[in-house]
Amino acid sequence: MTLDLKVDGQSEERAEAFAQGLLGTALDRPDGVLKVTGAAVYAADDVPEGCAYGMLVRAPGFGAIEVGNADEVRAMPGVLAVIRDKRMVRNAAQGTANAAPVQGVDSADYVGQPVALVVAESFEAARHAAQALQLRTDGGPLPVNPGDVETEGEPDTTGDLDAAMAEAPHRLDVTYTTPSMTSAPMEPHAAVAWWEGDALTVRSALQMLKYNRNELADSLGIDPAKVRLLAPYVGGGFGSKLGIAAEAVAAAIAAQDLGRPVRVVQHRRQVFETVTRRSETRQRLRLAADRTGKLSGIGQEAWVSNLPGEVFQEPVTQATAFAYGAVHRVIGERLERLHRPAAGSVRAPGEAVGVTILECAMDELANDIGIDPVELRLRNIPDTDPEGGIPFSSHMLAEALKTGARRFGWSDRAPKPRARREGEWWIGTGMSAAFRVNVMMEAEARIALSPEGAVVETDMTDIGTGTYAILTQIAGEALGLPAEKVEVRLGDTTYPPGSGSGGSWGAATTGNAVWLAAQEIRAELARRMECGEGELTLKDGTATCGNRRVALADLLDGATLEGHGHIEAGDAFSKVRQSTFGAHFAEVAVNDVTGEVRVRRMSGTFAAGRILNEKTARSQCHGGLTWGIGMALTEGMVHDRRDGHIVNRDLAEYHMAVNADVPPLDVHFLEERDPWAGPLMSKGIGELGICGAAAAVLNAIHHACGVRVRDLPATPDRVLAGLEE
Amino acid sequence: MRPFDYVRAEDPVSASRAAAQANARFIGGGTNLLDLMKLEVMAPETLVDVSRLDFGGIAEDGDGLRIGATVTNSDVAADARVRRTWPVLSRALLSGASGQLRNKATTGGNLLQRTRCPYFYDTDTACNKRRPGSGCAAMGGETRNHAILGTSDQCIALYPGDMAVALRALDATIDVQRSEGAAERFSMQDFYRLPGETPDIETVLAPGDLITAVHLPAPKGDRQIYRKVRDRASYAFALVSVAAVVRMEGGRIAHAAIGFGGLGTVPWRDPDVDAVLVGEKPSAAVFDAAADTLLRGAVPEEGTQFKVPLARRVLRAVLEEATA
Ligand SMILES: Cc1cc2nc3c(=O)[nH]c(=O)nc-3n(C[C@H](O)[C@H](O)[C@H](O)COP(=O)(O)OP(=O)(O)OC[C@H]3O[C@@H](n4cnc5c(N)ncnc54)[C@H](O)[C@@H]3O)c2cc1C
Repeated sequence: MTLDLKVDGQSEERAEAFAQGLLGTALDRPDGVLKVTGAAVYAADDVPEGCAYGMLVRAPGFGAIEVGNADEVRAMPGVLAVIRDKRMVRNAAQGTANAAPVQGVDSADYVGQPVALVVAESFEAARHAAQALQLRTDGGPLPVNPGDVETEGEPDTTGDLDAAMAEAPHRLDVTYTTPSMTSAPMEPHAAVAWWEGDALTVRSALQMLKYNRNELADSLGIDPAKVRLLAPYVGGGFGSKLGIAAEAVAAAIAAQDLGRPVRVVQHRRQVFETVTRRSETRQRLRLAADRTGKLSGIGQEAWVSNLPGEVFQEPVTQATAFAYGAVHRVIGERLERLHRPAAGSVRAPGEAVGVTILECAMDELANDIGIDPVELRLRNIPDTDPEGGIPFSSHMLAEALKTGARRFGWSDRAPKPRARREGEWWIGTGMSAAFRVNVMMEAEARIALSPEGAVVETDMTDIGTGTYAILTQIAGEALGLPAEKVEVRLGDTTYPPGSGSGGSWGAATTGNAVWLAAQEIRAELARRMECGEGELTLKDGTATCGNRRVALADLLDGATLEGHGHIEAGDAFSKVRQSTFGAHFAEVAVNDVTGEVRVRRMSGTFAAGRILNEKTARSQCHGGLTWGIGMALTEGMVHDRRDGHIVNRDLAEYHMAVNADVPPLDVHFLEERDPWAGPLMSKGIGELGICGAAAAVLNAIHHACGVRVRDLPATPDRVLAGLEE
Repeated sequence: MRPFDYVRAEDPVSASRAAAQANARFIGGGTNLLDLMKLEVMAPETLVDVSRLDFGGIAEDGDGLRIGATVTNSDVAADARVRRTWPVLSRALLSGASGQLRNKATTGGNLLQRTRCPYFYDTDTACNKRRPGSGCAAMGGETRNHAILGTSDQCIALYPGDMAVALRALDATIDVQRSEGAAERFSMQDFYRLPGETPDIETVLAPGDLITAVHLPAPKGDRQIYRKVRDRASYAFALVSVAAVVRMEGGRIAHAAIGFGGLGTVPWRDPDVDAVLVGEKPSAAVFDAAADTLLRGAVPEEGTQFKVPLARRVLRAVLEEATA
């Protein structure tokens, strides 16, 4: 039996009445010790007997590929094969693609495309041989720079923004740019593949196994039932492991060709090129407001890019659609087909760059009108979703703004820029609102309750986010077991299909599936206790009903009780608008001599429904703020203007924020239950922290020194250009 | 990475001999060389490990200091004598790389660290430094971290290091044991070579020539500053850096030795800049004149335009502080 739930309406609060007291606590990760001691086996950490090693080879240019010396390379010591198979994939599959990405090795659509795999007896031999393989391309120049091609698509238009702009006493019309960005998870993309007959097993670094299995099977032209994927531990993903990537497909092909296991790990420089980047954006922001700051018009038009054949288009404006009320609107994206490495989801696709630039523009407007930036946001919070007119499931922005402002000490702020100086440093503060759509997917989970405790199984992944911890808590709370009595097993396609990790939906979606599985068991336990499920109290391995108390072990009588849960999104995701909200505040110092910026403190207040684990949720937000600092100040992939290749494709030259760039971060959660978000009343928290965080920093730079940097990141040269004026 | 032979040197003379053959290299901490070998930007067939050779550590030498070639960057930076008398060196070292890298990196290896030009690192592009005669992909490409001083039409690659910039301002010298056994001492000026027509040749060293020590003379200035501008607070190469060693007498600049990083194809020092300053009373006009002199021959690319105003501002700020 399975307890199915399609979330069509509001749920009732149940967990509050449960007795274990595990849900919401700052439980340490059950997998934490394994990870810090190196005992957790990541994709490439172990190989089967007889494993060979593969190294991908990149296309040095565009067009048809010609191999100069394959025979020579095959003859090199230790080399087993030079594989160029048309099933190899051009780039990683997009999230939830469920089918193979563009395939082929005959011709390169972007510089850096993997077009061969060299396999050898050792990693070292494979790498050296891969470097010796001479590839030539004969393709002429292809469009690689924004502005070089016609665009696809048009923004949505409501009312008459031009007229609203013409009439408004206050109007803003500015253009910002954001560069390509990489997700750069700590663990590079890796796969170990082996075949037993026609059955394939691949241990890999993946976020969404249910889809990845189909993507891999489709790439290889085999039945998905013949594919087993394992990803028990994943060292970060941030969207880059949503889809099957080049190394997994190549490893499977090579293992088949050679009749032995093959491991392929992407070099860090390959990760930069072959998995999806966050598209660069150009964003035109138009705001029209009356004297009180009330918006009459809002325009956010974004130009983004992707390779031909990719369906993904960075959804820059998806939160702008409901962020602020305004009658006249032009909101949406235009896509340019550029021959740069493929673009796709990187942590908070859409809002990460879209909310950031919207919130920079709101700051500009507040400055022009001369009203407090927090006040400007408060005045423009819509009563209903301005797009569809539907209500919000909950709307916590005002509370986040007010609470955040109080925690940060915003009221002391000088109204005008360039008001505070310490030696060479200008000091200023800035803020931003945070929005992130809340999404639910479909998930299944199974729980087996035995006298020893509960075992939870789903093919859900833990990509460093804390899934092991929160599923332990959810099952433990519902079944009245302490954390030690719950074992969570993840990352194996032989388990029931979970939602995968992506789009911040993992915790709420798969968490609810686990919750439902536990409810099914609770119902059976209540039946055995001869009471209603509502009267049943489970705690520390005992069941209580009225004045009757029985140990679970006795109730089970030596047997195992199974529960299955299945959840999917229903009308609750169209009847009401579901979003998470927050507010960022930052204080920066800007050096008047050099244009260097240092963030001195940062505070984020967030509302995302029930917080399942105080500690892992906080870690997600710390990560989000840190990414925001990187986006504001240092991060950006540089594309060579002649062929679009990524010039700075290593972690020495692609600058993400390091410890010294990150000040103490204050993260605060607002108490909230969103009944529309499913039985747990919990919404996604994994991406909210990055949405708008960079804007708080950029707005603080302006407040500090009067310089508005509209081309991100605000590196010293760009700040200096403003200071020089 | 190409397969290679590994030899652990027993003494300096046999080290030199082992490395004198074509395509052999010394290895110190390996923090630069191994990265380049993994990418086959450099592909030596023999590595001669000198990191365990004892060149006498850090020792006083008259009123100067002798730093053995294998002393790590961390140990030099932490040495009490260096911090007291040559603080600009300590500061320069601590501004570079990361704690882990400085623990491995050696004095000799640091002097010879190679450019971070991304096209030098990319074996699929043209590079006259990596493959003489193949051309320069950086020109017309992305040039934000390239040189504006000392460039040629063959190469605009930046010398990226910090330590050598301080050493230039300190008038340090480099002791080299030639492969045939003779010891020779070079000024920093003579040690590094401008790219000119041969950007692959970066120093006076021939195969097998071993750096044995760096010698610091007694400092000619008690006011020492190292200031480095970079993209993030730590773990980034300089956009511009200035090392200043200054002495004031009677309100005038009696000694000025200014080294520059982030600007040149070699660790930069321009005697004309020092000459503009010496004998003058500190003033904005004098500092500007020094900056004019420094930048008179600058050839910025599109990506390095910003270095001109940035160098001027940083030089002015450093000189104000040093002469105050
Ligand atoms: C990510 C990263 C960031 C960095 N950031 C900075 C920075 O901000 N500032 C900075 O200044 N540096 C920086 N560095 C560079 C670092 O300082 C150098 O890698 C280090 O100093 C090299 O020393 P090593 O002993 O490891 O040299 P190795 O890598 O061992 O050798 C470098 C070269 O020197 C030669 N060599 C070594 N010893 C001798 C000898 N005794 N005689 C003759 N030849 C010898 C080798 O043959 C080789 O060609 C950074 C490096 C990395 C990887």
